Amino acid sequence: MKRLLLNKGFNSFLASLVSVICGLIIGLVIMFIFNPQGAWDGFIIMIQGGFSDSARGIGNVLYYATSFILIGLSVSFSFQTGVFNIGAIGQFTIGSFVTIYVAHHGTWLPAPIQWLVAIICGGIVGALWGIIPGVMKAYKNVNEVISCIMMNYIAMYLVNQLIYDSLYDNSLVGTRYVPTTSLMPRVGLDKIFPGSSVNLGFFIALLVSVLVYILLYKTTFGFELRACGFNPNAAHYAGVNEKRNIVLVMIIAGFLAGLGGGILHLSSISKYYKISEVFLNETNYAIPIALLANTHPIGVIASGIFISYITVGGTLMQGQGFPVETVDMITAVIIYFAAFSLVFKQFFTRITTLKFNKANKKRIQ
Amino acid sequence: MQTLLFILRQTLSFSIPLLIVALGGTFSVRSGITNIGLEGMMVMGALTSISFVRMTQDNISSQNQLLVAIIISIIAGMLISLLHAFASVNLKADQIISGQAINTFAPAFSVFVSRIIFGEQIIVFNNTFRIDEIPLLSKIPIIGDIFFKDTYITTYLGIIIYLISSFVLFKTRFGLRLRACGEYPQAPDSVGINVSKMRYIGVLISGALCGLGGLVYVVPNSTNFNSTVFGYGFLAMAVMIFGQWHPTKILFASLFFGLLMTFSSTYSGIPFLVSLGIPSNYYKILPYAMTLIILVFNVSSSKEPAAAGKPFEKGMR
Repeated sequence: MKRLLLNKGFNSFLASLVSVICGLIIGLVIMFIFNPQGAWDGFIIMIQGGFSDSARGIGNVLYYATSFILIGLSVSFSFQTGVFNIGAIGQFTIGSFVTIYVAHHGTWLPAPIQWLVAIICGGIVGALWGIIPGVMKAYKNVNEVISCIMMNYIAMYLVNQLIYDSLYDNSLVGTRYVPTTSLMPRVGLDKIFPGSSVNLGFFIALLVSVLVYILLYKTTFGFELRACGFNPNAAHYAGVNEKRNIVLVMIIAGFLAGLGGGILHLSSISKYYKISEVFLNETNYAIPIALLANTHPIGVIASGIFISYITVGGTLMQGQGFPVETVDMITAVIIYFAAFSLVFKQFFTRITTLKFNKANKKRIQ
Repeated sequence: MQTLLFILRQTLSFSIPLLIVALGGTFSVRSGITNIGLEGMMVMGALTSISFVRMTQDNISSQNQLLVAIIISIIAGMLISLLHAFASVNLKADQIISGQAINTFAPAFSVFVSRIIFGEQIIVFNNTFRIDEIPLLSKIPIIGDIFFKDTYITTYLGIIIYLISSFVLFKTRFGLRLRACGEYPQAPDSVGINVSKMRYIGVLISGALCGLGGLVYVVPNSTNFNSTVFGYGFLAMAVMIFGQWHPTKILFASLFFGLLMTFSSTYSGIPFLVSLGIPSNYYKILPYAMTLIILVFNVSSSKEPAAAGKPFEKGMR
C-alpha cells in the first residue's frame, strides 16, 4: 500500500483523476446555469458515454480513440523531449490527404497491403511536414509553437487546394469516397461491435504507444531525448547532439500524427476529407489528450479512450438540448486543472508521507 | 487609385485587431507570463460583446451601443485572463497548459452559450457602427480618404492603445517595473516590488486588450459571429514575436500582416491579383508562409524577456 501511494506514476494518475472530477463538476455547474431542466439527464448520458449505446457505442469509443491516441501520442512524445509539437494538427491534416490520395491511386497494389502503403505514406508526409519546424527550431532558434501554427494553416489551405486539383467531388465538397479495397481490415471487430467503424487501427495505435514507451524509457536514444527535455544545457554538456535530436523528434512526432490521420480516413466507406476552413475535429483533442496523460505514452491510451468515451456521450447528449461542444468545454476545464497537477501531486505526497511517518512513530513507541 | 484606397482601408481593418491583441500579449510576456491563450480571450470578448449587441440592437443608438460593447468585451477578457493569472502566478502551473485550456474552453463555451441563448450557433447582428464621414477631417486629401471616411471608432481606439502602451511600457515607472519582472524578477523583488501583483496586472491588461481585440476583429468585417476568430490570436502571437515585444515594431508588423491578410481574403476585389489567375487558396497560404520565412531570417536576434514562462518563487536565485 505504502509503495503504491508513494509511487510516482500512481500519484500522477491520482492527480489526473482529480482534474477529471473537477472538470466534470464544473461542467455540470455550467450546464445547470444555462439549462436547469435538462442538465442532470444530459450529464448522466454523457457520463455513461459509450455504454449508453450498447456494443455500437463501445465500438465507436474505440474507433474515435484510435486517432485520438495517435495524435495525442505525437504531442506527448514531443513534449517529453522539450519540443511542443502543436504542428500535430497540420501533420494530421496533410497525412489524411496523402493517405486518401494514395488509397485512390494505389489500387494496382495487391489488396491486402493497399491500406498499409497508404497509411505509411501518410505518416511519411506527416514526418516531412514535421521536419520544417524541427529544422527551424534546431538551427535557427525559431519558436516551434509559432512555426507549427503557421505550418498547420498552410497544410489546411494546401490540402483544400490539392483536393480541388485531384480528387474533388462536387456533391461531397471534398474528396471522393475511399475505394473499398483499401479500407483498414476489420479483423473481426465488426462482429463484436456491429454498426461501429472500429478496425485494426486501434491495435496499431496500442502497439505504437507501447513502441514509443519502449523508445523513450528503455533505450539510450530515448534517454538522450528526455535529457534534452529536462535540461538542454546539461544534455549538451554530456555530449548529446540536441540539434539533431530536435529534428528527429519532430520527424517521429510528425509520422505519428500523419499515421493517425491516415488510419482515421481509411476506417469506413463513408469517410472522406471535406473541404473546410476549420481544422479537422479530431485535432482539437491532441493537446488535451497529451496533457491529461501527463505526456506519458501509456497514459495517452487511457486519456485517449476517456476523451473518446465522453465524446460519444456528448454526441448522444444532443437529444437533451446540449451541443456536442459541451464536451470540449469540460475537456478544457479538465486541462486547466491538469495544469495544477504539480500542486495536486505535492499535496498527495505530503498527505501520504505524513500518514506513514505517524504510523512509523507509533510503531517505534 | 480606387483599388489602392480599398487595399489601404482593408489593411487597416485587418491590422488593428492584430495590433491590439499583439500589444496585449506583449504586456503579459513583458511581465514574465507567457500567454498563448490570446485566441481564447479574443473569443470570450467577442462572444460577450456581440451577444450584448444582438440583445440590445433595437433599443440603443449604434455608437453608444458600440461603446458599451467595448467595455463589456474588456471586462470579459479580464475575467477569463484572471484564470490564467491565477494558474500561472499563484499555483505556478505550466503556463502553456493553462493558456491552451483557455483556447479550448472559449470556442466551446461560445458555441454552448449561443446555441442555448440564441438557439443557433451563429450570432447575427445589425452592423450599424460605420461612420460614413467625419466632418472637416475627411476633407484632408489622401489622409482624409484613408482614415476619416467609412471608418469605425475601433480604428482610432487601436491607434490610441498603441500610443498609450508605448508610453506606459517605456516612459513610466510602472512600465519599468513590469519589464523588470519579465527580465529578472529577483531584482524588483529585492527592492520591495510585489512581483506577483505586477504579473497579475500584466496578464489582466493582456486579457483586456485581447477581449477588445475580439470585438474589434468581428465588428468591421462581418455581421455575424460564429464562435471563432479564425486563428487571429495565434497570428497576433506571431506578430508579437516578429515585433520583438516592442510596440512600434509590433505596429509595423501588424500593418505588414494586415496587408498580406488583405491579399488573402479580398484578392477578388483587386483586379491585378485576379488577372494572375492563381487559385485563392495560395493567397490564403501567403500570410502564414511569409511569417515562416520572416521568422527564419529575423529570430536570430530574438529578445524575448528572459524570465517569460518561468514561475517566480520568492528567494529563488
